[in-house]
Amino acid sequence: MAYDSLQEALERATADGISLGEAALRAEVEAGLRTREQVEHSLQRALDVMRQAIADGRKGDLRSVSGLVGGDAHKLANAKGPLRGTLFTEVLANALAVQEVNAAMGVIVAAPTAGGAGVLPGLLFGLAKSNTLDDKTLIRGLAAAGLVGAVCAVRASLSGAEGGCQAETGAAAAMAAAAGVEVLGGDAETALHAVALTMQGTLGLVCDPLGGLVEVPCVYRNATGGAMALAGIEMALAGVRFPIPVDEVIDTMGEIGRSMDVRYRETAGGGLAATPTGRKLAKARLVELKGPKAK
Amino acid sequence: MDRQTTTRPFARACTTARLRDYLPPMVSLLDIIGPVMVGPSSSHTAGACRIGLFARGMLGSTPEKALVELHGSFARTGVGHGTDRAIAGGLLGYQPDDERLRGAVDDAAKQGVVVTFENTKLRGEHHPNTTRLTLEKGGKKVTVIGSSLGAGRIMITEIDGYPVEISGSFPVLVIVAQDKPGMINAVTGALAAEEVNISTMRVSRRQKGGDAIHIYELDAPASAAALEHVRELPAVKHARAIDRVS
Repeated sequence: MAYDSLQEALERATADGISLGEAALRAEVEAGLRTREQVEHSLQRALDVMRQAIADGRKGDLRSVSGLVGGDAHKLANAKGPLRGTLFTEVLANALAVQEVNAAMGVIVAAPTAGGAGVLPGLLFGLAKSNTLDDKTLIRGLAAAGLVGAVCAVRASLSGAEGGCQAETGAAAAMAAAAGVEVLGGDAETALHAVALTMQGTLGLVCDPLGGLVEVPCVYRNATGGAMALAGIEMALAGVRFPIPVDEVIDTMGEIGRSMDVRYRETAGGGLAATPTGRKLAKARLVELKGPKAK
Repeated sequence: MDRQTTTRPFARACTTARLRDYLPPMVSLLDIIGPVMVGPSSSHTAGACRIGLFARGMLGSTPEKALVELHGSFARTGVGHGTDRAIAGGLLGYQPDDERLRGAVDDAAKQGVVVTFENTKLRGEHHPNTTRLTLEKGGKKVTVIGSSLGAGRIMITEIDGYPVEISGSFPVLVIVAQDKPGMINAVTGALAAEEVNISTMRVSRRQKGGDAIHIYELDAPASAAALEHVRELPAVKHARAIDRVS
């Protein structure tokens, strides 16, 4: 992948008359490490693992290693609220499902990380169901998402310890936004506006997991990350154009991450982790877990 | 090309903007959409498993006894992230996407592998997610220090007291040989004779004239013949070929 700028990728896609996902696949192959078949094969495997994780998580019988999370995807799969039966609720259920599988030491695809692994499959498989999309289309979606993630990695960060949750579920939501526009047949320019419109909504998001575990609030942040991506996609497809160029929005995410206090970067020193209840829950769980083995 | 994509994740783990500037901006799509792994944390679970796998490779097989010392964040939140199970799984030869990782601590016990976990504070500068593994089997013993850099990427930083830098993204040949002129030439000659291409190499030592450690990252695993060829060199004390772990 040769791009360190989404603007460059857009120019290439526009010049060649191809979508963002197709441009991403071509750039990956041109980098010379793998053939098109190998890349598509790996993305197909990722898709299969995502599909399985969603199915497993939605059953509702999983508990995390610490016991703090589990069973909520099942509740959303049987939602009772005003949005029940819609794409929106489906995305929430799927995102929760993948994260509950992750927290229970099940098999997932880090996208871009394990902590943000629910957003992209949550959205993609929501759309696959509502719009009846085949795997070939979904693979192009993954490629578009991968391109956005790669540019975030180069220009900003994909690590909560470095850049807060905006760099994990925030980046994941931006990736999902690109994937969503791609699989719905939108052009590269629309996809990048969806990325910018999504990411502006996650800027500044801190990483504050209870006890440092990838459970609370991470599991729920994947669901709300999916919601943010849906908002970005809906606005972009309606023709909304975000005035700040997408590369500059990504740079902003990096800049905010670098200046974020260390308490808000995965250390469990601030945010929800530092609340009285957050501390109490984490302490109880960690002591319980360490009991038999460590001193 | 190869080198660029594999050094990039390390740059990501380094927070200094300076190191970033030295490295070309190359990331594979498959670094971002992946790895496929057992949760919950790419650093505390997948990376930890890979360090275990590498140490197992250094020993050559499943250990009889293993001391797992957890440092920094691995010590603080490792148990909740399954770091203990992931390392035990790596020692048993399980890959990061192997669902058996969940039960790896119990599996080790069933197989008669005595694994002891201890929290520790390693001396010197170490990444927050670091472990020191001391493995024993028969008369053999190997000590490996490795760090998990995020996104499942690892860096092995010490083997038996020698400082090293191994990403585990390539097959590796680790050699301990007498520190004397011509040794690199002899080893690379032996590899060339077997048509094994070297991607990167590094030689270091604890003191002049003692033993030196050679680390060769290779484009393809060293063949049995190449390994045999290297082992036959008079000044080579140990040679071990380890497959890529990521």
